[in-house]
Amino acid sequence: MPRTPVTVIGGYLGAGKTTLVNHLLRQAQGVRLAIMVNDFGALPIDADLITAREEDVISIAGGCVCCSFGSDLMAALMRLPARVPPPEHVLIETSGVALPGAVARSVRLLGDYALDGVIVLADAETVRARAADRYMGDTIERQLADADLIVLNKADLVAPAALAAARTWLESRFARARVLSAVRAQLPAAIVLGAFAPVAHTGTQLLLAGKMRAPLAHDTAALYDSASFTPALALDVACLAQELAHPDFGLLRAKGLLRDRDGSIKSLHVVGARWEAVNYLAAEEQPGRLVCIGIKGGVDTAAIERAISRATKS
Amino acid sequence: MTTIYRARRILTMNPSRPEATHVAVRDGRILGTGSLEELAGWGAYTLDERFADKVLMPGLVEGHSHTMEGTFWRYIYVGNFDRVDPDGRVWTGVKSIDAAVARLRDAATRLAGPEQPLAGWSLDPIYYGNRRCSRQDLDGVSTSNPVGVLHASCHILNVNSKALELAGMLRPGIEHPGVPLGEDGLPTGELRGPDAMIPVGKHLGFDRDLLACDEQGLRQFARLCVRKGVTTAADLANLLPQDAVEMMLRVTGEENFPLRVVSLRRLQNIGVPQLIERALELRTLSTDRLRLGMVKIVADGSIQGLSARMRWPGYYNGAPNGLWYTTPEQLREAYELALAHGVQIHTHTNGDEATELVLDCMDEALRKHPARDHRFTLQHCQLADAAQFRRMKALGMCVNLFPNHHFYWGDEHYAMTVGPERAERMNACATALANGVPMAIHSDAPVTPLGPLFTAWCAVNRRTASGRTLGASERISVPDALRTITLGAAYTLRLDAEVGSIECGKRADFAVLEDDPQEIGADRLKDVRVWGVVQGGRVFAAADL
Repeated sequence: MPRTPVTVIGGYLGAGKTTLVNHLLRQAQGVRLAIMVNDFGALPIDADLITAREEDVISIAGGCVCCSFGSDLMAALMRLPARVPPPEHVLIETSGVALPGAVARSVRLLGDYALDGVIVLADAETVRARAADRYMGDTIERQLADADLIVLNKADLVAPAALAAARTWLESRFARARVLSAVRAQLPAAIVLGAFAPVAHTGTQLLLAGKMRAPLAHDTAALYDSASFTPALALDVACLAQELAHPDFGLLRAKGLLRDRDGSIKSLHVVGARWEAVNYLAAEEQPGRLVCIGIKGGVDTAAIERAISRATKS
Repeated sequence: MTTIYRARRILTMNPSRPEATHVAVRDGRILGTGSLEELAGWGAYTLDERFADKVLMPGLVEGHSHTMEGTFWRYIYVGNFDRVDPDGRVWTGVKSIDAAVARLRDAATRLAGPEQPLAGWSLDPIYYGNRRCSRQDLDGVSTSNPVGVLHASCHILNVNSKALELAGMLRPGIEHPGVPLGEDGLPTGELRGPDAMIPVGKHLGFDRDLLACDEQGLRQFARLCVRKGVTTAADLANLLPQDAVEMMLRVTGEENFPLRVVSLRRLQNIGVPQLIERALELRTLSTDRLRLGMVKIVADGSIQGLSARMRWPGYYNGAPNGLWYTTPEQLREAYELALAHGVQIHTHTNGDEATELVLDCMDEALRKHPARDHRFTLQHCQLADAAQFRRMKALGMCVNLFPNHHFYWGDEHYAMTVGPERAERMNACATALANGVPMAIHSDAPVTPLGPLFTAWCAVNRRTASGRTLGASERISVPDALRTITLGAAYTLRLDAEVGSIECGKRADFAVLEDDPQEIGADRLKDVRVWGVVQGGRVFAAADL
């Protein structure tokens, strides 16, 4: 039974977490997302997306749901797989003061789930000041330190020089994370959710495989690049994953289904500096595909080909 | 019908008539205290002399507890200290992990079948030196049934191998700060923090829904209150879903329910405006014995759990700063809305940084909504310093301090969490009184046992379990302590006009004592024996429960 991927979305109040969630729901393209939020108080979902509403669960067009977990995320996550049909990808929108790294570690205690990535949003206008706030400063810094991807949001509301300074500060202070800018939290779903989610049944997989050829939605294609590869030979998947996670490649995401030299089929998963190569259990998939996503001009296809080549030989 | 009770002594807490021998009661309320001649003037009466050799004082008010203590007594008590259960049975303290295991093993013999879990509570390994409890220890209780023991802090759970296996956690490769691993790479069985506890807790019968709304637990809690002389208790931090409210209304409304419950709705799983709206709605549902409409907010964690928010220099042992549970924005919004609508908020702060933030937010909120007599209360507020007490006074805030902590964790605070100097001024009751900050003191049951007379003893003596006096200058007098567990606590719950002293017009709520707390001596204040209570004019003997 493949584990459901979980993306943790953190960041202080006003950074754009809810905007990002609404944006993703419109781009879900048939993937059943489950959004976990602290509470419905601020009504995190745009009203036009809602199809039904109960006390703890909001049903959303396209088979998605939004669940409020109060202070009991673990219990809510434990109940999710019982839903019919179960979600294919879980997004946890943490509270403004939660530490997304702690949430991520707790998710990994549950066998039904695999951590897909930790994405932390920062408000380009206020993040420096917040990180220096006498009460919240250390909490903000810990959140950013937990991130695989830092999204410097509201990029349109600051002057270019200020934006560059904020980016430089983030990159120097939080070297583990990849930093990307966004306006109104508009990111391609492929970056937040990965190029595809491992799912059990074939129907959705075909849809997602189709998406893999063009994993970036139309409106964001100008900002990001993706490159697809079809390695024919078996390779050392862990070795390749580790390489692709290296900052020199500057990749935001890499996702692959590859035949390993030990004979198994492995799923390759890179988000920022985090990488993973795990045995892939669903039988009906054909291995031999890799997709890499980075910012425009930042995807060095030749370098990736060489990395693949090295992983084949070593 | 008027009943006049004669007592050996009546401590009224009424400064204009501090003592009496008789008290007259009609329709659940006090006509007055005085001599029999004075009270006979109210008309025909029945003289009731059953308390002739007892001491009466106002029914004790517990300002911060949880009805969950009633629920916990379903489980097996394995605490270090003797503790009385709702039936009046004294459970002796267990003095080692092996002794805890032996008690649990004995209970295991009465389990119905191999699936039935066994749960214990109130374990506190800090008293057992460096010996931590492991899953192998609890495998000695049972290997076929899941076994788990909750720590006194309620923040740590120890389980056996079977419980871990059922939760899918008896495997290598777990990387979580709350799941320490043994040399074999497998979890030791100690689970720290709710995220680690919940996946396993569900297999042990620690059901959160049960803990939240348990009718039997509420009745057991009320029985414990009678044994401790408590006639009004605050149930802090309830989610109060409508079915729980209906259950509580029904149960507290029963003819022989001996307790007034003040239940606060916690800020959780709800937005701030909706919370205030719900609080106003709940207030309209209140009855005499179930008071609703106040709000609870939790700002940070706990000092002994190293999750409280501390100002510089932080924790004595160098641990990183703790966790915020609420943002300043939410605090400000909540305070402003609450002040605007006359809703009272109690805020939990343990660390002094959390206290400081709350004071700042309160200051800002009051500029926008000046309010007289708001009585917003800081709960626990253990590490507040003198400057912060002065700010509380200036802002019209109340404080509910936690002197029980000195007895149970005082040595740990001295040596590990806050260091000697701050440990000596933790829960600074004398400073609060000296600055005129309205004060209550509490047990936070089940974290420490319910029992205001014990809490008063802690405030008067400030003695740790090892016998050290932790900050002699913050000790308060017996009369001050007795007033704090009656009128002081009532004031923070906005009930000081109705309860907290024995005088004309107030509700006939009395603690009926075998021993005189003013005469027994400061040292023995915790040993005052409780016969029972009178609540709303109805008599409840502990022996008859």
